[in-house]
Amino acid sequence: MSKLVRYIIKISALITFGILFLIIAYILIRGIPSLKPSMFQWEYTSENVSLLPAMITTIMIVFLTLLIATPIGVFTGFYLVEYSKRDNKLIEIIRMATETLSGIPSIVYGLFGMLLFVIRLKFQYSLLAGTLTAAIMVLPLIIRATEEALLSVDNAYREASFALGAGKVTTIFRVVLPAAMPGILSGIILSIGRVIGETAALMFTLGTATGIPKGLFSSGRTLALHMYVLSTEGFHVNESYATGVILLILVLLINGLSTFLSNKLTKEN
Amino acid sequence: MTIIGNEGELVKSKFIESFMKNIFLISATMSIVAIVLICIFIFAGGLPFIEEYGLLNFILGTEWKPSDTPASYGILPMILGSLILTLGAIILGVPVGVLTATYLAKFSNKKLYKFLKPCINLMAGIPSIVYGFFALTAIVPIIRALVGGTGMNIITGSILLGIMILPTIISLSEAAIRAVPNSYYEGSIALGASHERAILSLVLPAARSGILSSIILGIGRAIGETMAVVLVAGNQARMPAGLTKGVRTMTTNIVIEMAYAADAHREALIATAVILLVFILIINGTFLILKRRSGI
Repeated sequence: MSKLVRYIIKISALITFGILFLIIAYILIRGIPSLKPSMFQWEYTSENVSLLPAMITTIMIVFLTLLIATPIGVFTGFYLVEYSKRDNKLIEIIRMATETLSGIPSIVYGLFGMLLFVIRLKFQYSLLAGTLTAAIMVLPLIIRATEEALLSVDNAYREASFALGAGKVTTIFRVVLPAAMPGILSGIILSIGRVIGETAALMFTLGTATGIPKGLFSSGRTLALHMYVLSTEGFHVNESYATGVILLILVLLINGLSTFLSNKLTKEN
Repeated sequence: MTIIGNEGELVKSKFIESFMKNIFLISATMSIVAIVLICIFIFAGGLPFIEEYGLLNFILGTEWKPSDTPASYGILPMILGSLILTLGAIILGVPVGVLTATYLAKFSNKKLYKFLKPCINLMAGIPSIVYGFFALTAIVPIIRALVGGTGMNIITGSILLGIMILPTIISLSEAAIRAVPNSYYEGSIALGASHERAILSLVLPAARSGILSSIILGIGRAIGETMAVVLVAGNQARMPAGLTKGVRTMTTNIVIEMAYAADAHREALIATAVILLVFILIINGTFLILKRRSGI
Protein backbone atom coordinates (compact mmCIF):
# COMPACT_ATOMS: atom_id res chain seq x y z
CA MET A 1 0.00 0.00 0.00
CA SER A 2 2.72 2.44 1.05
CA LYS A 3 4.74 1.42 -1.96
CA LEU A 4 1.83 2.04 -4.29
CA VAL A 5 1.26 5.51 -2.83
CA ARG A 6 4.92 6.34 -3.24
CA TYR A 7 4.87 5.19 -6.85
CA ILE A 8 1.79 7.25 -7.65
CA ILE A 9 3.34 10.35 -6.10
CA LYS A 10 6.59 9.82 -7.98
CA ILE A 11 4.79 9.20 -11.25
CA SER A 12 2.83 12.45 -10.80
CA ALA A 13 6.04 14.39 -10.30
CA LEU A 14 7.47 12.62 -13.31
CA ILE A 15 4.47 13.66 -15.41
CA THR A 16 4.76 17.31 -14.35
CA PHE A 17 8.46 17.67 -15.00
CA GLY A 18 8.30 15.38 -18.02
CA ILE A 19 5.76 17.70 -19.64
CA LEU A 20 7.88 20.76 -18.89
CA PHE A 21 11.01 19.23 -20.41
CA LEU A 22 9.04 17.87 -23.33
CA ILE A 23 7.69 21.33 -24.16
CA ILE A 24 11.12 22.94 -23.89
CA ALA A 25 12.81 20.21 -25.92
CA TYR A 26 10.04 20.18 -28.52
CA ILE A 27 10.17 23.93 -29.15
CA LEU A 28 13.99 24.01 -29.20
CA ILE A 29 14.41 20.97 -31.45
CA ARG A 30 11.78 22.06 -33.94
CA GLY A 31 12.62 25.75 -33.65
CA ILE A 32 16.39 26.10 -33.73
CA PRO A 33 16.73 24.68 -37.28
CA SER A 34 14.02 27.14 -38.36
CA LEU A 35 16.06 30.17 -37.32
CA LYS A 36 17.32 31.91 -40.43
CA PRO A 37 19.43 35.06 -40.79
CA SER A 38 16.64 36.55 -42.92
CA MET A 39 14.40 36.64 -39.85
CA PHE A 40 16.67 39.25 -38.32
CA GLN A 41 16.29 42.03 -40.85
CA TRP A 42 15.31 45.55 -39.89
CA GLU A 43 12.29 45.69 -42.16
CA TYR A 44 9.45 43.20 -41.93
CA THR A 45 8.23 42.04 -45.32
CA SER A 46 5.89 39.18 -46.13
CA GLU A 47 8.96 37.57 -47.75
CA ASN A 48 11.35 37.49 -44.81
CA VAL A 49 8.76 37.51 -41.95
CA SER A 50 11.45 39.21 -39.88
CA LEU A 51 11.08 38.99 -36.14
CA LEU A 52 13.61 41.71 -35.38
CA PRO A 53 11.03 44.55 -35.37
CA ALA A 54 8.94 42.52 -32.92
CA MET A 55 12.00 41.98 -30.77
CA ILE A 56 12.74 45.69 -30.64
CA THR A 57 9.09 46.47 -29.90
CA THR A 58 9.22 43.94 -27.06
CA ILE A 59 12.26 45.66 -25.57
CA MET A 60 10.56 49.06 -25.89
CA ILE A 61 7.37 47.97 -24.21
CA VAL A 62 9.22 46.14 -21.41
CA PHE A 63 11.34 49.20 -20.71
CA LEU A 64 8.44 51.65 -20.71
CA THR A 65 6.22 49.38 -18.64
CA LEU A 66 8.87 49.02 -15.95
CA LEU A 67 9.50 52.77 -16.02
CA ILE A 68 5.90 53.28 -14.92
CA ALA A 69 5.18 50.21 -12.83
CA THR A 70 8.41 49.91 -10.83
CA PRO A 71 8.22 53.15 -8.81
CA ILE A 72 4.48 52.77 -8.20
CA GLY A 73 4.82 49.12 -7.22
CA VAL A 74 7.88 49.57 -5.01
CA PHE A 75 6.40 52.64 -3.29
CA THR A 76 3.20 50.72 -2.65
CA GLY A 77 5.30 48.00 -1.05
CA PHE A 78 6.97 50.64 1.15
CA TYR A 79 3.62 51.94 2.26
CA LEU A 80 2.16 48.51 2.95
CA VAL A 81 5.11 47.25 4.96
CA GLU A 82 6.85 50.25 6.50
CA TYR A 83 3.83 52.38 7.36
CA SER A 84 1.33 49.69 8.20
CA LYS A 85 -0.35 49.78 11.55
CA ARG A 86 -2.61 47.12 12.86
CA ASP A 87 -6.26 47.27 11.81
CA ASN A 88 -5.61 49.85 9.17
CA LYS A 89 -8.64 49.66 6.88
CA LEU A 90 -6.91 51.39 3.97
CA ILE A 91 -4.08 48.88 3.92
CA GLU A 92 -6.60 46.06 4.01
CA ILE A 93 -8.38 47.54 0.98
CA ILE A 94 -5.13 48.08 -0.92
CA ARG A 95 -4.14 44.46 -0.30
CA MET A 96 -7.51 43.28 -1.56
CA ALA A 97 -7.28 45.48 -4.64
CA THR A 98 -3.81 44.14 -5.41
CA GLU A 99 -4.90 40.53 -5.05
CA THR A 100 -7.98 41.11 -7.17
CA LEU A 101 -5.83 42.75 -9.86
CA SER A 102 -3.57 39.72 -9.97
CA GLY A 103 -6.55 37.45 -10.67
CA ILE A 104 -8.03 39.43 -13.55
CA PRO A 105 -7.55 37.64 -16.89
CA SER A 106 -5.36 39.37 -19.43
CA ILE A 107 -8.18 39.55 -21.98
CA VAL A 108 -10.13 41.74 -19.53
CA TYR A 109 -7.07 43.98 -19.16
CA GLY A 110 -6.93 44.12 -22.92
CA LEU A 111 -10.56 45.15 -23.29
CA PHE A 112 -10.23 47.69 -20.51
CA GLY A 113 -7.10 49.15 -22.12
CA MET A 114 -8.93 49.35 -25.42
CA LEU A 115 -11.97 51.06 -23.91
CA LEU A 116 -10.01 53.55 -21.81
CA PHE A 117 -6.73 54.24 -23.59
CA VAL A 118 -7.40 53.40 -27.22
CA ILE A 119 -10.95 54.74 -27.52
CA ARG A 120 -11.75 57.14 -24.67
CA LEU A 121 -8.34 58.84 -24.51
CA LYS A 122 -7.90 58.43 -28.30
CA PHE A 123 -4.38 56.97 -28.13
CA GLN A 124 -5.28 54.55 -30.97
CA TYR A 125 -3.47 51.20 -31.06
CA SER A 126 -0.18 52.45 -29.74
CA LEU A 127 2.92 51.83 -27.70
CA LEU A 128 1.49 54.14 -25.03
CA ALA A 129 -1.85 52.32 -24.73
CA GLY A 130 -0.03 48.96 -24.60
CA THR A 131 2.46 50.20 -22.02
CA LEU A 132 -0.17 51.61 -19.67
CA THR A 133 -2.22 48.42 -19.85
CA ALA A 134 0.83 46.23 -19.23
CA ALA A 135 1.92 48.47 -16.35
CA ILE A 136 -1.36 47.93 -14.50
CA MET A 137 -1.07 44.22 -15.17
CA VAL A 138 2.39 43.78 -13.65
CA LEU A 139 1.73 46.10 -10.71
CA PRO A 140 0.55 43.32 -8.35
CA LEU A 141 3.66 41.25 -9.16
CA ILE A 142 6.02 44.08 -8.22
CA ILE A 143 4.02 45.00 -5.11
CA ARG A 144 4.00 41.41 -3.92
CA ALA A 145 7.73 40.94 -4.49
CA THR A 146 8.55 44.23 -2.75
CA GLU A 147 6.36 43.37 0.22
CA GLU A 148 7.97 39.97 0.64
CA ALA A 149 11.46 41.38 0.26
CA LEU A 150 10.83 44.16 2.81
CA LEU A 151 9.30 41.75 5.31
CA SER A 152 12.38 39.54 5.07
CA VAL A 153 14.64 42.41 6.16
CA ASP A 154 15.58 42.02 9.82
CA ASN A 155 13.97 44.65 12.06
CA ALA A 156 17.29 45.20 13.78
CA TYR A 157 18.42 47.10 10.67
CA ARG A 158 15.57 49.56 11.03
CA GLU A 159 16.01 49.95 14.76
CA ALA A 160 19.71 50.57 14.41
CA SER A 161 19.05 53.22 11.81
CA PHE A 162 16.41 54.94 13.95
CA ALA A 163 18.74 54.80 16.93
CA LEU A 164 21.31 56.72 14.92
CA GLY A 165 18.75 59.46 14.46
CA ALA A 166 17.75 58.69 10.87
CA GLY A 167 14.18 59.42 9.84
CA LYS A 168 11.84 56.86 8.36
CA VAL A 169 12.41 57.86 4.73
CA THR A 170 16.20 57.85 5.14
CA THR A 171 15.97 54.45 6.79
CA ILE A 172 13.84 53.08 3.96
CA PHE A 173 16.08 54.30 1.16
CA ARG A 174 19.50 53.85 2.78
CA VAL A 175 19.01 50.78 4.93
CA VAL A 176 15.95 48.71 4.08
CA LEU A 177 15.93 49.12 0.30
CA PRO A 178 19.53 47.96 -0.27
CA ALA A 179 18.90 44.88 1.89
CA ALA A 180 15.66 44.09 0.07
CA MET A 181 17.05 44.84 -3.39
CA PRO A 182 17.59 41.27 -4.65
CA GLY A 183 13.99 40.34 -3.82
CA ILE A 184 12.57 43.44 -5.45
CA LEU A 185 14.76 42.89 -8.50
CA SER A 186 13.58 39.32 -8.83
CA GLY A 187 9.98 40.59 -8.85
CA ILE A 188 10.84 43.16 -11.50
CA ILE A 189 12.50 40.48 -13.60
CA LEU A 190 9.41 38.28 -13.31
CA SER A 191 7.37 41.23 -14.54
CA ILE A 192 9.64 41.45 -17.55
CA GLY A 193 8.78 37.82 -18.24
CA ARG A 194 5.08 38.54 -17.87
CA VAL A 195 5.21 41.42 -20.36
CA ILE A 196 7.29 39.42 -22.83
CA GLY A 197 4.80 36.56 -22.74
CA GLU A 198 1.67 38.68 -22.83
CA THR A 199 -0.65 38.52 -25.82
CA ALA A 200 -4.31 39.02 -24.95
CA ALA A 201 -3.80 42.30 -23.10
CA LEU A 202 -1.68 43.80 -25.86
CA MET A 203 -3.59 42.69 -28.93
CA PHE A 204 -6.25 45.40 -28.62
CA THR A 205 -4.02 48.06 -27.07
CA LEU A 206 -0.62 47.84 -28.75
CA GLY A 207 -2.12 46.39 -31.92
CA THR A 208 -0.29 44.08 -34.28
CA ALA A 209 1.46 46.38 -36.78
CA THR A 210 4.55 44.75 -38.24
CA GLY A 211 7.03 47.63 -38.10
CA ILE A 212 9.02 49.15 -35.25
CA PRO A 213 6.87 51.82 -33.51
CA LYS A 214 7.98 55.30 -34.55
CA GLY A 215 6.80 56.92 -31.35
CA LEU A 216 4.56 56.56 -28.33
CA PHE A 217 1.45 56.84 -30.51
CA SER A 218 2.50 54.28 -33.05
CA SER A 219 1.48 50.61 -33.08
CA GLY A 220 3.72 47.55 -33.15
CA ARG A 221 3.74 43.91 -32.10
CA THR A 222 5.73 42.05 -29.47
CA LEU A 223 7.34 38.67 -30.07
CA ALA A 224 4.45 36.86 -28.40
CA LEU A 225 1.91 38.73 -30.53
CA HIS A 226 4.03 38.01 -33.60
CA MET A 227 3.94 34.32 -32.75
CA TYR A 228 0.19 34.44 -32.15
CA VAL A 229 -0.54 36.14 -35.48
CA LEU A 230 1.71 33.69 -37.32
CA SER A 231 0.11 30.69 -35.58
CA THR A 232 -3.43 31.76 -36.40
CA GLU A 233 -2.59 32.57 -40.01
CA GLY A 234 -0.96 29.18 -40.37
CA PHE A 235 1.23 30.12 -43.37
CA HIS A 236 4.46 30.51 -41.44
CA VAL A 237 4.84 27.51 -39.17
CA ASN A 238 8.65 27.61 -39.25
CA GLU A 239 8.69 31.26 -38.33
CA SER A 240 6.34 30.51 -35.43
CA TYR A 241 8.72 27.87 -34.14
CA ALA A 242 11.63 30.28 -34.52
CA THR A 243 9.80 32.98 -32.57
CA GLY A 244 8.92 30.37 -29.96
CA VAL A 245 12.60 29.54 -29.53
CA ILE A 246 13.52 33.18 -28.97
CA LEU A 247 10.66 33.60 -26.48
CA LEU A 248 11.61 30.43 -24.64
CA ILE A 249 15.27 31.40 -24.40
CA LEU A 250 14.28 34.81 -23.02
CA VAL A 251 12.01 33.18 -20.45
CA LEU A 252 14.75 30.70 -19.44
CA LEU A 253 17.23 33.53 -18.95
CA ILE A 254 14.75 35.62 -17.00
CA ASN A 255 13.75 32.80 -14.69
CA GLY A 256 17.34 31.81 -14.11
CA LEU A 257 18.24 35.36 -13.14
CA SER A 258 15.24 35.71 -10.87
CA THR A 259 16.00 32.42 -9.10
CA PHE A 260 19.61 33.49 -8.66
CA LEU A 261 18.56 36.80 -7.10
CA SER A 262 16.00 35.35 -4.71
CA ASN A 263 18.52 32.75 -3.55
CA LYS A 264 20.85 35.63 -2.87
CA LEU A 265 18.18 37.34 -0.78
CA THR A 266 17.54 34.29 1.38
CA LYS A 267 21.25 33.76 1.88
CA GLU A 268 21.93 37.34 2.94
CA ASN A 269 19.09 37.62 5.40
CA MET B 1 21.46 60.90 7.16
CA THR B 2 19.83 63.75 9.06
CA ILE B 3 21.40 64.46 12.36
CA ILE B 4 19.17 67.03 13.94
CA GLY B 5 21.43 70.05 14.29
CA ASN B 6 19.29 73.15 14.05
CA GLU B 7 15.70 74.15 13.53
CA GLY B 8 15.96 74.65 9.79
CA GLU B 9 17.11 71.12 9.25
CA LEU B 10 14.44 69.72 11.52
CA VAL B 11 11.73 71.46 9.51
CA LYS B 12 13.30 70.29 6.29
CA SER B 13 13.53 66.67 7.34
CA LYS B 14 9.97 66.73 8.66
CA PHE B 15 8.85 68.07 5.30
CA ILE B 16 10.66 65.32 3.41
CA GLU B 17 9.22 62.70 5.73
CA SER B 18 5.64 63.73 5.20
CA PHE B 19 6.14 64.47 1.50
CA MET B 20 7.54 61.01 0.79
CA LYS B 21 4.92 59.37 2.95
CA ASN B 22 2.29 60.98 0.79
CA ILE B 23 4.04 59.86 -2.38
CA PHE B 24 4.03 56.28 -1.06
CA LEU B 25 0.38 56.63 -0.10
CA ILE B 26 -0.60 57.93 -3.54
CA SER B 27 1.29 55.07 -5.21
CA ALA B 28 -0.46 52.61 -2.94
CA THR B 29 -3.90 53.89 -3.91
CA MET B 30 -3.10 53.30 -7.60
CA SER B 31 -4.11 49.65 -7.31
CA ILE B 32 -7.50 50.71 -5.99
CA VAL B 33 -7.84 53.28 -8.76
CA ALA B 34 -6.93 50.63 -11.33
CA ILE B 35 -9.42 48.05 -10.12
CA VAL B 36 -12.18 50.65 -9.88
CA LEU B 37 -11.44 51.96 -13.38
CA ILE B 38 -11.42 48.43 -14.80
CA CYS B 39 -14.80 47.66 -13.26
CA ILE B 40 -16.29 50.99 -14.34
CA PHE B 41 -15.16 50.71 -17.96
CA ILE B 42 -16.05 47.05 -18.43
CA PHE B 43 -19.42 47.36 -16.70
CA ALA B 44 -20.31 50.68 -18.35
CA GLY B 45 -19.40 49.16 -21.71
CA GLY B 46 -21.42 45.99 -21.25
CA LEU B 47 -24.32 46.59 -18.87
CA PRO B 48 -26.39 48.82 -21.21
CA PHE B 49 -26.38 46.01 -23.76
CA ILE B 50 -27.34 43.39 -21.17
CA GLU B 51 -30.18 45.61 -19.97
CA GLU B 52 -31.47 46.12 -23.49
CA TYR B 53 -31.12 42.52 -24.62
CA GLY B 54 -32.27 41.07 -21.30
CA LEU B 55 -29.95 39.36 -18.85
CA LEU B 56 -31.69 36.00 -19.13
CA ASN B 57 -31.81 36.12 -22.92
CA PHE B 58 -28.12 36.92 -22.88
CA ILE B 59 -26.81 34.30 -20.45
CA LEU B 60 -29.35 31.58 -21.23
CA GLY B 61 -29.63 32.12 -24.98
CA THR B 62 -28.26 29.16 -26.89
CA GLU B 63 -27.68 30.92 -30.20
CA TRP B 64 -24.81 33.26 -30.97
CA LYS B 65 -25.46 34.64 -34.44
CA PRO B 66 -24.28 38.24 -34.57
CA SER B 67 -24.59 38.52 -38.35
CA ASP B 68 -28.18 37.26 -38.65
CA THR B 69 -31.10 39.69 -38.90
CA PRO B 70 -32.29 39.95 -36.24
CA ALA B 71 -29.02 39.00 -34.60
CA SER B 72 -29.01 36.66 -31.62
CA TYR B 73 -26.55 37.06 -28.82
CA GLY B 74 -26.93 34.11 -26.47
CA ILE B 75 -23.72 33.24 -24.65
CA LEU B 76 -24.80 30.06 -22.87
CA PRO B 77 -22.63 28.00 -25.27
CA MET B 78 -19.60 30.06 -24.29
CA ILE B 79 -20.37 29.96 -20.56
CA LEU B 80 -20.73 26.17 -20.78
CA GLY B 81 -17.61 26.00 -22.93
CA SER B 82 -15.59 27.84 -20.28
CA LEU B 83 -17.02 25.70 -17.48
CA ILE B 84 -16.47 22.40 -19.29
CA LEU B 85 -12.85 23.17 -20.22
CA THR B 86 -12.20 24.36 -16.68
CA LEU B 87 -13.72 21.19 -15.25
CA GLY B 88 -11.61 19.10 -17.61
CA ALA B 89 -8.49 21.02 -16.59
CA ILE B 90 -9.28 20.48 -12.92
CA ILE B 91 -9.91 16.75 -13.39
CA LEU B 92 -6.60 16.33 -15.20
CA GLY B 93 -4.49 18.93 -13.43
CA VAL B 94 -5.46 18.73 -9.76
CA PRO B 95 -4.42 15.14 -8.95
CA VAL B 96 -1.11 15.49 -10.77
CA GLY B 97 -0.52 18.94 -9.28
CA VAL B 98 -1.33 18.08 -5.67
CA LEU B 99 0.72 14.88 -5.81
CA THR B 100 3.64 16.73 -7.39
CA ALA B 101 3.40 19.27 -4.57
CA THR B 102 3.45 16.38 -2.08
CA TYR B 103 6.52 15.02 -3.80
CA LEU B 104 8.29 18.40 -3.62
CA ALA B 105 7.41 18.96 0.03
CA LYS B 106 7.89 15.46 1.43
CA PHE B 107 9.72 13.14 -0.94
CA SER B 108 12.44 15.03 -2.77
CA ASN B 109 15.89 15.54 -1.27
CA LYS B 110 17.34 19.02 -0.85
CA LYS B 111 19.57 18.92 -3.89
CA LEU B 112 16.82 17.75 -6.22
CA TYR B 113 14.42 20.27 -4.73
CA LYS B 114 16.81 23.12 -5.46
CA PHE B 115 16.60 22.15 -9.10
CA LEU B 116 12.89 21.26 -9.32
CA LYS B 117 11.46 24.29 -7.52
CA PRO B 118 12.80 26.79 -10.10
CA CYS B 119 11.38 24.46 -12.76
CA ILE B 120 7.89 25.08 -11.38
CA ASN B 121 8.53 28.83 -11.57
CA LEU B 122 9.77 28.36 -15.11
CA MET B 123 6.58 26.48 -15.94
CA ALA B 124 4.60 29.45 -14.66
CA GLY B 125 6.74 31.78 -16.74
CA ILE B 126 6.34 30.08 -20.12
CA PRO B 127 4.08 32.33 -22.22
CA SER B 128 0.59 31.04 -22.92
CA ILE B 129 1.17 31.39 -26.64
CA VAL B 130 4.05 28.89 -26.37
CA TYR B 131 1.80 26.43 -24.52
CA GLY B 132 -0.88 26.99 -27.14
CA PHE B 133 1.50 26.50 -30.02
CA PHE B 134 2.89 23.33 -28.44
CA ALA B 135 -0.65 21.99 -28.03
CA LEU B 136 -1.53 22.97 -31.59
CA THR B 137 1.47 21.28 -33.19
CA ALA B 138 2.02 18.34 -30.81
CA ILE B 139 -1.22 17.44 -29.00
CA VAL B 140 -3.79 18.21 -31.71
CA PRO B 141 -2.33 15.69 -34.21
CA ILE B 142 -2.30 12.96 -31.54
CA ILE B 143 -5.92 13.61 -30.56
CA ARG B 144 -6.86 13.77 -34.24
CA ALA B 145 -5.32 10.35 -34.79
CA LEU B 146 -7.05 8.95 -31.72
CA VAL B 147 -10.58 10.27 -32.05
CA GLY B 148 -10.77 11.67 -35.56
CA GLY B 149 -12.15 15.05 -36.63
CA THR B 150 -9.95 18.13 -36.50
CA GLY B 151 -8.38 17.26 -33.17
CA MET B 152 -9.43 20.65 -31.83
CA ASN B 153 -11.96 19.77 -29.17
CA ILE B 154 -12.84 19.63 -25.49
CA ILE B 155 -10.27 16.90 -24.81
CA THR B 156 -7.40 18.88 -26.33
CA GLY B 157 -8.46 22.08 -24.61
CA SER B 158 -8.74 20.33 -21.25
CA ILE B 159 -5.32 18.73 -21.56
CA LEU B 160 -3.78 22.08 -22.45
CA LEU B 161 -5.46 23.91 -19.56
CA GLY B 162 -4.70 21.03 -17.21
CA ILE B 163 -1.00 21.55 -17.98
CA MET B 164 -1.23 25.31 -17.71
CA ILE B 165 -2.76 25.31 -14.20
CA LEU B 166 -0.13 22.91 -12.83
CA PRO B 167 2.33 25.57 -11.60
CA THR B 168 -0.44 27.48 -9.79
CA ILE B 169 -1.71 24.37 -8.04
CA ILE B 170 1.75 23.02 -7.24
CA SER B 171 3.22 26.17 -5.68
CA LEU B 172 0.21 26.93 -3.48
CA SER B 173 -0.38 23.31 -2.46
CA GLU B 174 3.27 22.89 -1.63
CA ALA B 175 3.14 25.95 0.63
CA ALA B 176 0.02 24.55 2.30
CA ILE B 177 1.63 21.14 2.88
CA ARG B 178 4.76 22.75 4.31
CA ALA B 179 2.63 24.90 6.63
CA VAL B 180 1.28 21.81 8.42
CA PRO B 181 3.08 21.53 11.80
CA ASN B 182 5.68 18.79 11.78
CA SER B 183 4.22 17.37 15.00
CA TYR B 184 1.30 15.94 13.00
CA TYR B 185 3.68 13.91 10.91
CA GLU B 186 5.91 12.92 13.81
CA GLY B 187 2.99 11.92 15.99
CA SER B 188 1.67 9.68 13.28
CA ILE B 189 5.08 8.08 12.72
CA ALA B 190 5.44 7.52 16.45
CA LEU B 191 2.16 5.62 16.39
CA GLY B 192 3.66 3.28 13.84
CA ALA B 193 2.37 4.73 10.57
CA SER B 194 4.59 4.63 7.50
CA HIS B 195 5.93 7.83 5.88
CA GLU B 196 3.34 7.55 3.10
CA ARG B 197 0.46 6.79 5.41
CA ALA B 198 1.30 9.70 7.72
CA ILE B 199 1.31 12.06 4.76
CA LEU B 200 -1.80 10.68 3.13
CA SER B 201 -4.00 10.41 6.20
CA LEU B 202 -2.73 13.33 8.31
CA VAL B 203 -0.61 15.90 6.50
CA LEU B 204 -2.69 16.24 3.32
CA PRO B 205 -6.04 16.45 5.17
CA ALA B 206 -4.55 19.09 7.47
CA ALA B 207 -3.49 21.09 4.41
CA ARG B 208 -6.86 20.77 2.70
CA SER B 209 -8.03 24.36 2.89
CA GLY B 210 -4.73 25.56 1.39
CA ILE B 211 -4.98 22.90 -1.32
CA LEU B 212 -8.57 23.91 -1.98
CA SER B 213 -7.54 27.53 -2.38
CA SER B 214 -4.87 26.45 -4.87
CA ILE B 215 -7.59 24.68 -6.86
CA ILE B 216 -9.77 27.78 -6.82
CA LEU B 217 -6.90 29.91 -8.08
CA GLY B 218 -6.35 27.27 -10.76
CA ILE B 219 -10.02 27.58 -11.76
CA GLY B 220 -9.53 31.33 -12.11
CA ARG B 221 -6.49 30.80 -14.33
CA ALA B 222 -8.32 28.26 -16.49
CA ILE B 223 -11.43 30.40 -16.99
CA GLY B 224 -9.35 33.45 -17.85
CA GLU B 225 -6.94 31.77 -20.26
CA THR B 226 -7.37 33.00 -23.81
CA MET B 227 -4.61 32.86 -26.34
CA ALA B 228 -3.64 29.25 -25.82
CA VAL B 229 -7.23 28.00 -25.81
CA VAL B 230 -8.13 29.85 -28.99
CA LEU B 231 -5.55 27.80 -30.89
CA VAL B 232 -6.81 24.35 -29.89
CA ALA B 233 -10.43 24.37 -28.68
CA GLY B 234 -12.09 24.60 -32.09
CA ASN B 235 -14.02 27.78 -31.25
CA GLN B 236 -17.42 26.77 -32.66
CA ALA B 237 -20.08 29.07 -31.19
CA ARG B 238 -22.66 26.35 -30.57
CA MET B 239 -23.82 24.32 -27.60
CA PRO B 240 -21.16 21.81 -26.51
CA ALA B 241 -21.95 18.54 -28.29
CA GLY B 242 -19.50 16.04 -26.88
CA LEU B 243 -15.92 15.56 -25.77
CA THR B 244 -14.67 15.18 -29.31
CA LYS B 245 -16.39 18.35 -30.57
CA GLY B 246 -15.01 21.86 -30.43
CA VAL B 247 -16.18 24.55 -28.03
CA ARG B 248 -15.82 28.27 -27.67
CA THR B 249 -15.13 29.92 -24.30
CA MET B 250 -16.09 33.41 -23.10
CA THR B 251 -12.51 34.59 -23.46
CA THR B 252 -12.05 33.27 -26.97
CA ASN B 253 -15.41 34.68 -28.02
CA ILE B 254 -14.05 38.14 -27.22
CA VAL B 255 -10.66 37.71 -28.81
CA ILE B 256 -11.92 36.17 -32.04
CA GLU B 257 -14.61 38.70 -32.87
CA MET B 258 -13.45 41.93 -31.24
CA ALA B 259 -11.19 42.83 -34.14
CA TYR B 260 -14.09 43.34 -36.56
CA ALA B 261 -17.16 43.75 -34.35
CA ALA B 262 -19.17 46.97 -34.45
CA ASP B 263 -22.17 48.48 -32.65
CA ALA B 264 -24.43 45.98 -30.87
CA HIS B 265 -22.12 43.08 -31.72
CA ARG B 266 -19.22 44.84 -30.10
CA GLU B 267 -21.28 45.74 -27.03
CA ALA B 268 -22.30 42.09 -26.79
CA LEU B 269 -18.61 41.15 -26.65
CA ILE B 270 -17.94 43.66 -23.89
CA ALA B 271 -21.01 42.24 -22.14
CA THR B 272 -19.36 38.80 -22.44
CA ALA B 273 -16.41 40.31 -20.58
CA VAL B 274 -18.83 41.55 -17.90
CA ILE B 275 -20.05 38.00 -17.29
CA LEU B 276 -16.45 36.74 -17.33
CA LEU B 277 -15.43 39.42 -14.86
CA VAL B 278 -18.31 38.51 -12.53
CA PHE B 279 -17.16 34.88 -12.60
CA ILE B 280 -13.60 35.96 -11.84
CA LEU B 281 -14.63 38.30 -9.00
CA ILE B 282 -16.63 35.51 -7.38
CA ILE B 283 -13.70 33.09 -7.75
CA ASN B 284 -11.24 35.65 -6.38
CA GLY B 285 -13.51 36.45 -3.45
CA THR B 286 -13.79 32.78 -2.56
CA PHE B 287 -10.04 32.44 -2.86
CA LEU B 288 -9.37 35.40 -0.55
CA ILE B 289 -11.77 34.10 2.09
CA LEU B 290 -10.27 30.60 1.97
CA LYS B 291 -6.75 31.95 2.00
CA ARG B 292 -7.41 33.98 5.10
CA ARG B 293 -8.82 30.91 6.76
CA SER B 294 -5.92 28.66 5.82
CA GLY B 295 -3.33 31.25 6.68
CA ILE B 296 -0.89 30.81 3.81
